[in-house]
Amino acid sequence: MKGGLLGAMRAVFLRELLVFWRRSTEVMSSLVFFVMVTTLFPLAVGPERRELALIAPGVLWVAALLATTLSLNHLFASDYQDGSLEQMLMSPYPLSALVLAKVAAHWVLTGLPLALLSPLLAIQLALPMKAVATLVISLVLGTPTLTLIGAVPAALTLGVRGGGVLVSLLVLPLYTPVLIFGAEAVAAAAGQGFASVAHLSLLGAFLALALTFAPWASAAALRVSLD
Amino acid sequence: MSDAEGLLAVRALACVRGDRPLFAGLSFTLEAGEALHIRGPNGLGKTTLLRALCGLSRPARGEVRWRGARVSDLGEEFTAEVAFVGHLNGIQGDLTARENLEMTKRIFVRGAAPDVRAVLERVGLKAQSARPARYLSQGQKRRLALARLLVLRRPLWVLDEPFTALDVQSVAQLSSVIAEHMEGGGVALVVSHQAFTVPGIRDLELAHYGKRRA
Repeated sequence: MKGGLLGAMRAVFLRELLVFWRRSTEVMSSLVFFVMVTTLFPLAVGPERRELALIAPGVLWVAALLATTLSLNHLFASDYQDGSLEQMLMSPYPLSALVLAKVAAHWVLTGLPLALLSPLLAIQLALPMKAVATLVISLVLGTPTLTLIGAVPAALTLGVRGGGVLVSLLVLPLYTPVLIFGAEAVAAAAGQGFASVAHLSLLGAFLALALTFAPWASAAALRVSLD
Repeated sequence: MSDAEGLLAVRALACVRGDRPLFAGLSFTLEAGEALHIRGPNGLGKTTLLRALCGLSRPARGEVRWRGARVSDLGEEFTAEVAFVGHLNGIQGDLTARENLEMTKRIFVRGAAPDVRAVLERVGLKAQSARPARYLSQGQKRRLALARLLVLRRPLWVLDEPFTALDVQSVAQLSSVIAEHMEGGGVALVVSHQAFTVPGIRDLELAHYGKRRA
């Protein structure tokens, strides 16, 4: 039974990877957005390194947050339209576990590439080298939290007209703590504030909290949406 | 309770859609090996009824019992025994026909499951098994959705217009699959406007329970 559940979660995870991979344009869109925003800032603000370094943590984090928000619409929408989601509700396994697997796959394809690409973009924003490791860690801890939290409104607004805008409105207030501590961690590592460990620990705590509650809440939201 | 004997027992079921009552006072019992053909004009709530029966939505009143226990109490124990084919095929277009069924097998079947290739051959999709499902025709997609029934091998089949887009031969084949399912002790609920012959299937006219009685 236990192995069955893990097997099912693995199958959902692999299914998502496969589907998203075959639809690579959707996966790429949030990454392209992230790269575009962070590239435009040095052009608009000017090449002054000191100024850029000052805004770099904020710019990188805001861009990552918005890119994640953009990708949320793809999380359940296509499975909702083709009826796969309806079937998933009829699984013998807990829906929250399957949702967790789905969200994990989504993060691997949207959040993780973003975190891995961030050092490259940090260079053009003149972020001090000593802060780059913290940037990656903060994004690796922060973006899954964003995806997990975002899964709840994404599930709740399925089938609602203009759901995309609604998701952004619902999700932004919930995202602010993650944004504040994420950007602050990077700024601290760049030598602008307190030690970054505290901020990273808080990001880790957010992630633990989101991992516990978000799959369960998303599963409940899906049941409501599909009623 | 005497009516707890039936495999599936529906008692005084009433459903609403929004604030519009659809039907009320619907009761029936199905023993192992029995099937029900639910008929009725459009907009009467046949789909709503099926969704309520397989636990996707909650009925306004009444209860559904499975093996004597209330469905709402059983939760996943009940869904593990239902195979539902709705209006939507539940097919992921970017996966091939075979991958779709493999995923069904891995996500929905506890324990042993039949070989997916054999099932594909049975529903006549062997030649299309490596093609992305979105390139299949409507009828082929429907057959792929129905192939899930054979992979899941669950005792309760809930089928919403299963014959849509199927050709004459496939209609006959599905009818015989349903008959086989009943012989094996399974229960089936079929909503269909189309004529089909399955020996021993009972008819239920939902219009008799329409809102005038609600």
